[in-house]
Amino acid sequence: MQADLVVDTKGLACPMPIVRAKKALDTLEVGQVMEVLSTDKGSVNDFQAWVKQTKHELIKHEEENGVYKFYVKKV
Amino acid sequence: MKEKSTIVLFSGDLDKAIAAFIIANGAAAYDHEVTIFFTFWGLNALRKDEAIQTKKGLLEKAFGWMMPRGPKKLGLSKMNFGGLGPQMIKHVMKKHNALSLPQLIELAQEQGVKLVACTMTMDLLGLQQEELIDEIEYAGVAAYLGDASNGKVNLFI
Repeated sequence: MQADLVVDTKGLACPMPIVRAKKALDTLEVGQVMEVLSTDKGSVNDFQAWVKQTKHELIKHEEENGVYKFYVKKV
Repeated sequence: MKEKSTIVLFSGDLDKAIAAFIIANGAAAYDHEVTIFFTFWGLNALRKDEAIQTKKGLLEKAFGWMMPRGPKKLGLSKMNFGGLGPQMIKHVMKKHNALSLPQLIELAQEQGVKLVACTMTMDLLGLQQEELIDEIEYAGVAAYLGDASNGKVNLFI
């Protein structure tokens, strides 16, 4: 999956992954996709809730060796 | 129209202030308009680190000396151990890459979180505007309720 922007929040604790993601999302155009990397164990629930509330789209998320990847499309 | 969240920070405890600022920063990332209303002991989180010369009476001065001056001086609500507890928690937070309270306050201001000091309790505790950090607002209960009545998340900490 090709993202327009990669946001690396690996190693950062709550609430930084969401804060960084929000800042990055503000720079995107509608329809663009960002990939957020996180190692925060709460981030799966966090990102699902955040994307739903802010009315963007979580295209998919996956986990690889303890790193969570979220693909968020700006709506 | 943006959604609103408000927090009343009544407590002057380090752990509670950290919780308040984490929630505030999270809400800002949710694109909410966020207000933190500081009253009573919570006002100490807004104090500048350095001593500021002000004209005030002996009782107000005594309050100023007895209360923690700024976010770096706050104690823990549990396991304070005469100031050893906060040092331990700061060490652990650093280890886990969590932001410190001064960093959380800075981030909140950067994200446009509105920080409001309660003027009535400032008078009671003898705190003056010059002693508090810059770029905050000053108001009373009506202003808080104005924000809170449109808020979906309103917390008292």
